[in-house]
Amino acid sequence: MSMIEIEQVSKWYGQFAVLTDCTTHVNKGEVVVVCGPSGSGKSTLIRCVNGLEPIQQGTILVNGMTLTDPKTNLSKLRSHVGMVFQNFELFPHLSVFDNLTIGQIKVLGRSKDEAAARGLKMLERVGLKAQAEKYPGALSGGQQQRVAIARALAMDPICMLFDEPTSALDPEMVTEVLDVMVELATEGMTMMCVTHEMGFARKVADRVIFMDHGRIVEDAAKDDFFGTPRSERAQLFLSKILHH
Amino acid sequence: MYEFDWTSIPGALPILGSGMLMTLRLTLVAMVVGILWGTLLALARLSGNRMLGWLAAGYVNLFRAVPLVMVILWFYLIVPTLLKDWAGLGAGTDIRMASALVAFALFESAYYSEIIRAGVRSVPRGQVNAAQALGMAYTQTMRLVVLPQAFRNMLPLLLTQAIILFQDTSLVYVIGLADFFGAAYKVGDRDGRLVELLLFSGAVYFVLCFGASLLVRRLQKRIAV
Repeated sequence: MSMIEIEQVSKWYGQFAVLTDCTTHVNKGEVVVVCGPSGSGKSTLIRCVNGLEPIQQGTILVNGMTLTDPKTNLSKLRSHVGMVFQNFELFPHLSVFDNLTIGQIKVLGRSKDEAAARGLKMLERVGLKAQAEKYPGALSGGQQQRVAIARALAMDPICMLFDEPTSALDPEMVTEVLDVMVELATEGMTMMCVTHEMGFARKVADRVIFMDHGRIVEDAAKDDFFGTPRSERAQLFLSKILHH
Repeated sequence: MYEFDWTSIPGALPILGSGMLMTLRLTLVAMVVGILWGTLLALARLSGNRMLGWLAAGYVNLFRAVPLVMVILWFYLIVPTLLKDWAGLGAGTDIRMASALVAFALFESAYYSEIIRAGVRSVPRGQVNAAQALGMAYTQTMRLVVLPQAFRNMLPLLLTQAIILFQDTSLVYVIGLADFFGAAYKVGDRDGRLVELLLFSGAVYFVLCFGASLLVRRLQKRIAV
């Protein structure tokens, strides 16, 4: 069963086509990695999946609900879709604890106790229980991103979207974030990840999507993608990021 | 040479004190109402709704383009008529305070809305995205995520505006209200000691405003860190 269905999606900024006729899907429990050169539209595509960017053509379905239908309650849909951003986007005026509980209380309507229990459990899961009372500014980048993942997980999402979660991190902090993501993937979470971390893709991805100039150039099972990418551009891209 | 005579000041302190209370009351009410109404105006301009944005921009530009003293007089002349019609107030009721409060609140909100608009725009777009991604609706995003950060960023500017407002309330002398400046003027006029009273009240304004602006500067440094 498809968790995310993207059908013939196109998007323009004025005359400039950011996405052209993109079609793909993510099945339940599947981990799909989206890669490609910068400016290829991969971040835009994943931001479209929970409606942060409007699209001009095509349809996107998440868990059977049509995102592009004006009747769909977008906020409600988003509350079930976890999203992790390149720049963490923790709320700097709230403590880590409040970051983890605010969505649960204000959006899901959970009680304070319930939200606290769930939030702390997720924080423990990413190994940061001791930091609950701190403010995001007091944490390292890697810690902030782990809190951001915990914040998304605390909402009990049906799937997770990652938009270059390790790109803004110092190299030594990349692993701690990837470890959390690998663990999530092996537990069966449905994930769509925009990332350049090919080691992560090799380890846990089911499929790899390669984008260039706003088009999905390659959409293949992991082994096929890393074994014999069909398109020249994907071969070039892989040779550039794998051999250095 | 002019002979200074400060002896009328000690006896006038109770009158000056109640004048200061009125000044503070005007400042506080205009500030609170101005910030609330100014926030709504700012959100209207940022909403992306053409009609709302246009109305709010018209309001702000109108009030920023006319002298405050004129606005005070307008409301002094308009508010009584309205109050008589709506609230059935008798002709003898003193509405000077009410009209001054309305005038200041509406005038200040135009300035506050511009400060608040800049403050809201200072919050990175990614914060809005993160709030939306958690499933927050527009009003929740604003109330829980954007405005708290915006107000923190613009607190020094809001307080500086309040200091300007504190000084500007002296303009209510045009409708004969005894605020601090009005009270000082009246005492000076009564005792024939206008120069002393004006110097004294000027010194009080200076000490309070300069002291407050020093505090704002310290606050600014703390926030910046």
